[in-house]
Amino acid sequence: MDDLAEFLLTSWPAALVIGVAIYIGYLLYKVIGASALDRTKLSLQLAPLFCTFGTFLVWELLCKAFAVSTFVLPAPSDIAIAIWQFRRQIGFHSFHTAWMTLAGFGLAVAFGIALGLLLGASRFFYAGFYPLLVGFNSIPKVAVVPILVIWFGVGWLPAVLTAFMISFFPIVVNVATGLATIEPETEDVLKALGASKLQIMTKVGIPRSLPYFFGSLKVAITLAYVGSVIAEYNASRYGIGNLMARASADFNVPLLFAALIALAILGVAMYMATVWLENRMTGWAQRSSFAAT
Amino acid sequence: MHRSESVSPLRPFVELTGVSHTYATGGTLAVDGLDIRVNEGEFAAVVGPSGCGKSTLMKLATGLQFPQSGAVVVDGKEVRDPVKIAGMAFQAPTLLPWRTTLENLMLPLEIVEPHRSRLRRHKAEYVAKAEALLASVGLEGAGSKFPWQLSGGMQQRASLCRALIHEPKLLMLDEPFGALDAFTREELWCVIRDLHARMAGTLTVILVTHDLREAVFLADRIFCMSSRPGRIIAEREVAFARPRDIEITYKPDFSDIVHDLRGRIAQARSTA
Repeated sequence: MDDLAEFLLTSWPAALVIGVAIYIGYLLYKVIGASALDRTKLSLQLAPLFCTFGTFLVWELLCKAFAVSTFVLPAPSDIAIAIWQFRRQIGFHSFHTAWMTLAGFGLAVAFGIALGLLLGASRFFYAGFYPLLVGFNSIPKVAVVPILVIWFGVGWLPAVLTAFMISFFPIVVNVATGLATIEPETEDVLKALGASKLQIMTKVGIPRSLPYFFGSLKVAITLAYVGSVIAEYNASRYGIGNLMARASADFNVPLLFAALIALAILGVAMYMATVWLENRMTGWAQRSSFAAT
Repeated sequence: MHRSESVSPLRPFVELTGVSHTYATGGTLAVDGLDIRVNEGEFAAVVGPSGCGKSTLMKLATGLQFPQSGAVVVDGKEVRDPVKIAGMAFQAPTLLPWRTTLENLMLPLEIVEPHRSRLRRHKAEYVAKAEALLASVGLEGAGSKFPWQLSGGMQQRASLCRALIHEPKLLMLDEPFGALDAFTREELWCVIRDLHARMAGTLTVILVTHDLREAVFLADRIFCMSSRPGRIIAEREVAFARPRDIEITYKPDFSDIVHDLRGRIAQARSTA
C-alpha cells in the first residue's frame, strides 16, 4: 500500500503526460487511417488539443518576449518545473481535496434527493421551504466557514461541510422540479386506474426527475469543489487550498500557478465523471443522439 | 336498432344528473346542470365548441373531480373516488419515454388489481396479451421500441392500447386524434371502431371531440354541449348499421346529420 502511494505521489505528472501522449497518438492514428470523408469530422477532435497547446505556447512566448518576471506571471515552462519540483506536495494535497469534495458532494446528493422528494411530493412543503432555501443559498458560504471552525475546529470537517452546503441546493431544486412538473394528463391516466400517490411517484415522478437530477450533479460537483477549496484555504491543514494559502504566504508564485493547474485537472476529471454518469443513466432523455437505432 | 344482439337489455352505465361544477369558489361554472346518460356497451360522443367543459365532463365521469351539485353514477354506484375501471387516452399520447412501448402498455397492469398481484408470476401471459393487442392496432413488433422512435399516429395507437390493456369497462377519450393528420385520423377511427366492436357490449366509450364527422362516424349517441358554462343542448342517436365503413362518411344522410349538429352548435355559440 505504502509503495503504491509513494509511486503515485512521485510519478503522477509523468503518468499524466504519458496518458495525454497516448491519447494524442490514438487520435492521430485514427485521423491518418480514416477516409477523406471522416477526416474532417475526426480532425474536430484534435481541435481542442491544438487550441490548448496553442494557448500555452502563446503564453510562453509572451512571457519570454517581454521578459516577464516569474514573480508576476510565470511562463508555462516555469509552472511545469514547479509542478515537477513540488509533485509530492501537490499530489498529496490534491488527494485530500478530492476526497473532501467527494464526501461533501455525496452528502449533498443524499440530502438533496431526500429534500427534493419531500418538496416535489408536497405542495405545502414546496411553498413553505422554498423561500427559506433561497435565503440559505444566497448566503456566501465563505462567510459560514468561521462558524464551522468554531464548532469543529480546523480540519477536514469544515471543508466537507462547506462543500455540502454550497452544492445541495441545485440538487434539491432539480429533483423537486422533476417531480412537480408531471404532465397532468399522465397523472390523470394513473389516477383513473386507482393509483396511489406513492405509485404515481415511483412509476412516473422519480424516473421523470432523473434527467433533472443528473443534470444538477454537473453543477453540484463544480460547486462542491469551490466549497472545499474555500474552506481549505481558511480552515484546514490539508488540501490544495491550504497549499495555496502557504505558497501565497511564501510568495511562491510558480507553486501557486502549479496548484491552479492541479485544481483545473482535478475539476475537469470530476466534471467529466458526472457527465459520463449522466449519459449512462439517462440516455433516453438525450434521444436525438441515438434515435436512429 | 342495428346494434349487435349480444347487447342485453340496455342498462345505464354512466349517468350524470343535474351536475354543476366550478374549479374555484365563486368562479364561473365550468358545467351547469348536465344531464347525460350513456348505456352499457354504447359508444357516446360529446361535441361542442372549445372551452365548453368537455374535459371537465371526462374528469367528473372518472371520479378525478367531484361535482359541486348533482350526482354522478357509474356502473350503478355513486362516484366518490377515481373509478378504477376506466381507461383514458388524450390528445397527447402521454407515453413514458424511459419505458419501451411494451413496458408502457404494461403500466396499468402494475397498478390495477387483480393483474398487479398476478403480473410477476404470469409475466409471459401478460406480455403475449400486450403483443396481441399491439398487433390488433397494426403495431406488430413495435413493443421493443421506445415511444419517441414511433410516429405520432403509432404513439396514439400505443396510447389506446395502454388504455385498454387492463380490460376496462369504460374508455374515456379526450380528443385523441386531434393532433393527427387527416389520413392517420381516419385510420385510427377504424382502429377504435374495431376495438369497440371486439368488446361487444362490455366496453362503454365516451369520446370527447370537436370533430363532428368523427363523432357521427363512431358514436351511437351524440351529446352537443353549449359554450361555457357547458350544458347539453341536444342529444341524438346515430342509427347507421355496424360495422360502419369509412365510405359512409361521404353519403348524404351522413352529411345531413353532421350538418344538423353543426347548426345546433352554431346556434348555441351565437346565443351565448
